[in-house]
Amino acid sequence: MAIELKMPALSPTMEQGTLAKWLKAEGDRIEPGDIIAEIETDKATMEFEAIDEGVLEKILVPAGTEDVAVGAVIALIAGEGEAPEPAPAPAPKAEKPAPAAVVAAADPAIPAGTNLVSTTVREALRDAMAEEMRRDPRVFVMGEEVAEYQGAYKVTQGLLDEFGPKRVIDTPITEYGFAGIGTGAAMGGLRPIVEFMTFNFAMQAIDHIINSAAKTNYMSGGQMRCPIVFRGPNGAASRVGAQHSQNYGPWYASVPGLIVIAPYDAADAKGLMKAAIRCEDPVVFLENELVYGRSFDVPDVEDYVLPIGKARIMREGKDVTIVSYSIGVGMALEAANTLAGEGIDAEVIDLRTLRPLDKQTVLASLAKTNRLIVAEEGWPTCSIASEIVSICMEEGFDHLDAPVMRVCNEDVPLPYAANLEKLALIDAARIAEAARKVCYK
Amino acid sequence: MAKKPAKAAPASDDGDFILHSLQEAFEAKKRYAASEAEMLEFYRQMLLIRRFEEKAGQLYGLGLIGGFCHLYIGQEAVAIGLQSALDPDRDSVITGYRDHGHMLAYGIDSKVIMAELTGRESGISRGKGGSMHMFSTEHKFYGGHGIVGAQVALGGGLALAHQYNNDGGLCLAYFGDGAANQGQVYETFNMAALWKLPIVFVIENNGYAMGTAVKRGSAETEFYRRGTAFRIPGMKVNGMDVLEVRAAAEVAFAHARSGKGPVLMECNTYRYRGHSMSDPAKYRTREEVQEQREHHDPIEGLKKTLIEAGKTEDELKAIDKAIRADVAAAADFAETSPEPAPSELYTDVLVGEY
Repeated sequence: MAIELKMPALSPTMEQGTLAKWLKAEGDRIEPGDIIAEIETDKATMEFEAIDEGVLEKILVPAGTEDVAVGAVIALIAGEGEAPEPAPAPAPKAEKPAPAAVVAAADPAIPAGTNLVSTTVREALRDAMAEEMRRDPRVFVMGEEVAEYQGAYKVTQGLLDEFGPKRVIDTPITEYGFAGIGTGAAMGGLRPIVEFMTFNFAMQAIDHIINSAAKTNYMSGGQMRCPIVFRGPNGAASRVGAQHSQNYGPWYASVPGLIVIAPYDAADAKGLMKAAIRCEDPVVFLENELVYGRSFDVPDVEDYVLPIGKARIMREGKDVTIVSYSIGVGMALEAANTLAGEGIDAEVIDLRTLRPLDKQTVLASLAKTNRLIVAEEGWPTCSIASEIVSICMEEGFDHLDAPVMRVCNEDVPLPYAANLEKLALIDAARIAEAARKVCYK
Repeated sequence: MAKKPAKAAPASDDGDFILHSLQEAFEAKKRYAASEAEMLEFYRQMLLIRRFEEKAGQLYGLGLIGGFCHLYIGQEAVAIGLQSALDPDRDSVITGYRDHGHMLAYGIDSKVIMAELTGRESGISRGKGGSMHMFSTEHKFYGGHGIVGAQVALGGGLALAHQYNNDGGLCLAYFGDGAANQGQVYETFNMAALWKLPIVFVIENNGYAMGTAVKRGSAETEFYRRGTAFRIPGMKVNGMDVLEVRAAAEVAFAHARSGKGPVLMECNTYRYRGHSMSDPAKYRTREEVQEQREHHDPIEGLKKTLIEAGKTEDELKAIDKAIRADVAAAADFAETSPEPAPSELYTDVLVGEY
């Protein structure tokens, strides 16, 4: 039976081409690997190589023929072999499953009488890591200055003493490399916590966070997991200039396959860090340098683990909702206090997790207050605030009594000069002003 | 190779000894003394890769395989020579996007590999990875990575896990002469040497980074020297001879497994086909390709050795015939298997539910 030689597609988009030249004549013996013909497209000339053996029986499309459709039979080879099947019809368009009424798990109930311990965010993060390292021998910490220096911001203080250099690993200043090594270690079955001295430096490593960590489970059809935590301070610190002062929340939150957490207070930092370390998915855990030293009450319970993907109502109110996360939550609470003195009762929501975003809590609050603003210490363009605005438009439009407003940093690189830096960053006064505006007061 | 002292000094007195000691051990016994059964198995495995890739090229031409498809034809001896020396229960492997051959070297069913190429539900990544993104954690094969050089750092992490778990395994991390110019490769070299990670870095130098000849893209074209600054011993290996690759693998693996840290092995090889399927073939001459095929082909080379050892053309032809049937069956399977269900679009994004 003759083997049909078909016009090959030499690129994914090629539909037709010119059969420029035959390099074999009818009657010629063909061996696998022989170049039979040259095909031209508008981009390049390509060689058409035989994979079957036999004799070139008949040339059906002469040299110089233009616009030969891909798949057209161009010649016949006499010899043994099998004719290919036609390509199957394209798949029907995927229908997205109806969104299930996902009710995120609530925070664990704190038993009455539980001792509340005043703890800094820095200590809460360290306690969470230490507890998880005691619990699971696969958990280890790596990063710049995490061991002997005790952490550039002292978040890993004391871990080297307790766990030793095998599990608390100082790396050279080589973010791309150690992010890749951490990611590979997670693929190999460990539970790495990779500290970036700041997330600004993680820009060097973002390829591994996104291309290697976030996409592998999907690309492998669920075969290869990557349980890793990338953590470190994020956002503006104090007078450190543009390259050290960026909020990457919106960047990472746009990536399917990642969990993105950005807590505000110490209890959430602890409970969510423990959840992040136990998580089977890669987590970006965004801290804030200016909040590290602040003290908050942390419940003194055996194993304080919080649900990922669940926002927290920090202050209940009925007139306007202020949605925020990370350092913005403190400013939002301050603004709410100011507004209370003016007769405006604001509800403050801490998103805590930026991906997956707890839309239900936001929309439920909007349905109650009918007015919503977003306070975000970060740029306004393509921000978490923009995302919340979209959600409110698409799914909460009927509840809106006023446009949703973004209260974000100015749309400029962060300046060094004290007065300019202050002008560029959000503060409680601006949040309060926006709240008054949507309340038409 | 590192400069040798003028007169032979005991190894312990030569500060650079470590940099060339593996090459010396390898050169002392440059071809692996394979049994006839082993040679036949190497022949079968290399031929399987060749025929599989030829068929993949054909299916691509018919539009059954989409996107990017990088064939391993010509480089077969590298994967077979190295992977045949692994301890499959302990060792891990990672590579870049030219990964079909490394999968086949494990004996993974050619059907599920081909079905991944055609994007079908029965593919090893359930049709969601494609040619460049295939994995088999069961075999400790960790992909299948499309960002040039990324697999080197990830391989460093796999090696860290071997060391951390003290499981006696090593990681074999493959990359190309093109990836060898990426910065993260050297970041990984530094940490692997610093921490004495059990890893063998293998540069498959096929002469071209896509269309850029090695000499046009690399200031140091002797890639086995590239670890010298990190005190990683180098080895230079003829990647067109499976027995030579295997002999080198034995030396390198013993070094890495014994806790002495990484090895950098350069395997000089050649790909007959384009970088990917859409390659204009304008950057090298047809004569150059032909010269490699006629005089350096790894399969023909081993065939000659087998015939010298008493095997007949007919016996070898029977192997080819069986492989052709296997590959044809894989292609049929890959063409007729259903595409993933539309609902698969949303699965495997995250492991947990939140």
